[in-house]
Amino acid sequence: MILGIDVGGTHTDAVLLDHFQVKKKTKVPTNQLHLVLSLIGVMDEILRGEDLAAIERVVFSTTICTNAIVQGKTDRVGMIVASGPGLAPEALRVNEDTRFVAGYMSNRGIEVAPVKKGEIAAAASELKGAGIGHLGVVGKFSTRNPAHENEIGEVVRSDFRHVSLGHRMSGNLNFRRRIATTYLNASIFDLHSRFVGEIVDFTARTGIEAPIYILKADGGTIEIRQSADQPVQTILSGPAASIMGILSLADCSGSDAIAMDMGGTTTDIALLADGVPLLEPLGVTIEGHRTLIRGLKTKSIGLGGDSRVRVDKGELCIGPRREGPAAALGGPWPTPTDAMIVLGLTEIGDRTKAEEAVAEIAGKMNTSVPEAARLIFERTCQGVASAVKTMIEEINNKPVYTIHEFLQGKKLAPARLFIVGGPAAAVAPRLGEMLGCQVVIPQDAEVANAFGAALARTTAEVTLLAETERGSLTIAEEGLQMKIPAHFTRKEILQIGMEKLRERARKLGARDADIEIEIVEDQEFNMVRGFYATGKNIRLKAQVKPGLIAGFGKGGALS
Amino acid sequence: MKGLKKTGLIFFPAFDWAISPTHPEREERLLYTQDQVFEEGLLDFENIVEYKPGLAEIEDLNRIHICVPDAKSVITESHLISAGGAITAAEKVLSGEVDNAFALVRPPGHHAMRVVHGARGFCNINIEAVMIEHFRRKYGHKRVAIIDTDCHHGDGTQDIYWHDPDTLYISIHQDGRTLYPGSGFPDEFGGPNALGTTINVPLPPETSDEGFLHVLEELILPVIAEFKPDLVINSAGQDNHYTDPITNMRFSAQGYARLNELLNPHIAVLEGGYSIEGALPYVNVGIILAMAGLDYSHVREPDYNPGSIRQSGEITKYIRETTKDVLGLWKKRDSFKAGIVKGAKYARRNRNIYYDTDGIREQQEETVRICDDCGGFIAIDSMASTGNRIFAVIIPSRSCDLCRLEGERTFGSVNKAKLGAHYLFFQDRDRDIYLVK
Ligand SMILES: [Zn+2]
Ligand SMILES: [Zn+2]
Ligand SMILES: [Zn+2]
Repeated sequence: MILGIDVGGTHTDAVLLDHFQVKKKTKVPTNQLHLVLSLIGVMDEILRGEDLAAIERVVFSTTICTNAIVQGKTDRVGMIVASGPGLAPEALRVNEDTRFVAGYMSNRGIEVAPVKKGEIAAAASELKGAGIGHLGVVGKFSTRNPAHENEIGEVVRSDFRHVSLGHRMSGNLNFRRRIATTYLNASIFDLHSRFVGEIVDFTARTGIEAPIYILKADGGTIEIRQSADQPVQTILSGPAASIMGILSLADCSGSDAIAMDMGGTTTDIALLADGVPLLEPLGVTIEGHRTLIRGLKTKSIGLGGDSRVRVDKGELCIGPRREGPAAALGGPWPTPTDAMIVLGLTEIGDRTKAEEAVAEIAGKMNTSVPEAARLIFERTCQGVASAVKTMIEEINNKPVYTIHEFLQGKKLAPARLFIVGGPAAAVAPRLGEMLGCQVVIPQDAEVANAFGAALARTTAEVTLLAETERGSLTIAEEGLQMKIPAHFTRKEILQIGMEKLRERARKLGARDADIEIEIVEDQEFNMVRGFYATGKNIRLKAQVKPGLIAGFGKGGALS
Repeated sequence: MKGLKKTGLIFFPAFDWAISPTHPEREERLLYTQDQVFEEGLLDFENIVEYKPGLAEIEDLNRIHICVPDAKSVITESHLISAGGAITAAEKVLSGEVDNAFALVRPPGHHAMRVVHGARGFCNINIEAVMIEHFRRKYGHKRVAIIDTDCHHGDGTQDIYWHDPDTLYISIHQDGRTLYPGSGFPDEFGGPNALGTTINVPLPPETSDEGFLHVLEELILPVIAEFKPDLVINSAGQDNHYTDPITNMRFSAQGYARLNELLNPHIAVLEGGYSIEGALPYVNVGIILAMAGLDYSHVREPDYNPGSIRQSGEITKYIRETTKDVLGLWKKRDSFKAGIVKGAKYARRNRNIYYDTDGIREQQEETVRICDDCGGFIAIDSMASTGNRIFAVIIPSRSCDLCRLEGERTFGSVNKAKLGAHYLFFQDRDRDIYLVK
């Protein structure tokens, strides 16, 4: 059996799967002050009377870290940044407690200026003196050579409860994002550690021996103890849960598709390329911090079933705010849901109240009630459709850097629309028309998030840079620098990369059957110095992409 | 931050294109620049936006070039993308989407002349000229100033705009007596109908930031102020850098950034620059920051040592004199025409042009009608070592009626067989006509 739990804003949902079929589902209100209590509560309830020994895995999607960041309830963090030349330090500062120190690496990962131990020790003791317990250490191009971050880490480690090192966050280049990511990681370290501790204790007490996973922003899972060092990977897992839910409820393979969750306040949109959700190219953005956290590409627009509808200077305006439920359900203002009720597209609530609310709009627009309802409905669908189209266009206009990609590049062309959420059934046909897509409304969507979390596989990524002339190979995420023979070819580097990725995925909790490897970057350059080729510069990125665990017959397992 | 500008970046490193595997113009050229731009996170700034380049059309090439035997056979897709990148940069600026834009694209173009028999100085087509005539076609006629800051004299761009009084071409470069292509002296000052709208400032080897910036402040900026262009374009070569392997100058990333801050171009287009590891990553970060109005004062090359690349007092003195002389020429530009023309109806240039990249020799005779009302119609008789011989008639932008009439008559009356020409070309900018017989 598999247990999936999703801690949402209002409810915490749990599903217990037996041979991939829902055996039980439970819902408890989320206790915002003590999310762990919600988790423990829901587990208690759903596992009552079950054979705990039969549980194969438990997966959580939680908002603990996300909420802390959004609400600013994070720990104070000291940052030691070896900035080197480039952007002015002020453009790199993430907080008051950022200290800039000497030392930097070139873009090839060659040391240009060493770090100065005395300077680091002084900065560390000052930060410690200010009562700071958490430190982030980031160096320029540390993904190309982590030596400076490691050296700084050595100097300061004993002075702080925990030290987060930049190169461990991601293999991608982007110094400012690395700083932001490392900062966030350090700022939620204690909170996350406590959570992990409580869950591990609880499960041990209860007698669950199965591996426990947490859902990450990229829709993949990570074994809970492994997540302790990198709590930042678990933020923004909510949208990921919803997309993985759609993947688990419907067969999404075979063509490009749109995955949509239309709620009361917002509509969340994601895109699938042949069944695989698209990732943010660099990382997700949270509270104005652009990060290197791998995450699914999602777009949230302020348009939902309960968006307030009003008329402003003769113009119909919908959203972006929700100011209560639909009028038909006792809300204060007309909403798209009321229009859908008037049009007979849904049969919830009090129809008379819906008509009264829409009549108010019709009066201001000098038109009939049915016509006003039609306009509201049409405008709502248009708003969503145009957001989807913009998103597709952005992806298809993404710059590419080779002539081959420029001329042959694959274009995303969604043929199907998967839609869940309250108004899904009412808007689906019209949205399908507008987007030129076949529409699929997965069943049992109310447990989609918990279901998606339950079935998400462990994801991992490695970024390799090899220079055969220097005989060097760097694997950024692992902080690994190794020597390679000068005659190594791309093929041999690729083999090392695949092996390291496999090891990494296993360490993070993957079962061998779920390690499906994809090469996402594959470049090889002749390095020429003084008019002679001196060696190869080989760049590879491999990943276990987000998807569902092996053994699960895709789609419709619930019906 | 003061003076923040919205900057468009068109980055196309063509990671799968090279002239040959070990050629300076190879796949690796912008690799470390990409790394540096990505690591600095420049694309995360709200006021820096990256755009995918468009693809230039063959018509865009035929608007400015006479390609022999035709455009398709002298280019590859990479040229259409790099010219397309320049066009995208201009498009974003002229449509008002951004304040300025930088086409960080390859291959370059400033050695490509009007007639193209093959590649010269790593260039097949002149991507700036293709861009300029594209936007002139779309947005109406514009006065344009091209400031060529590449280390080599941009003889291609000079050739294309030699007779155009509405396009100011100023080149600063390493003295032609010491570097390819060997031209670009102060007495190359524009055709008889466009005197002064070509300006050349040769600089001695080992000129550093101080020298470049002196020419900029004392000559280029005042001339631009007087010329009053609608658009300023930086033909932004980066081979003046102190680490460049094929030149001898001492420019630094700080100098390049300062130059772009002062020049404040609407559009910058990458030209040469072959110190791919020691210079380009830092120079390009400096240029992008400067164009966006961001603080570039901390940008530095790993081995930067201002003391060791300072120019000598002798060079400083020489540059001051050259600058003063060239400015003097510019001020008297209107007084030379009578003396040069001596009452003739036509002016003629005979040149031998060498295509070093492709090893082609061309003999060209160019005739321009002396005209006070427009740039004058042009007739070209060109013969190349490939065996191709062509004759072309070009009606200039904003042509006067007489020049058009005479140009059309000339094209109508030439006899292909008698001339021994394999192709006859007719190019009319204003009417966007391109004919091949
Ligand atoms: Zn020049
Ligand atoms: Zn050059
Ligand atoms: Zn004329």
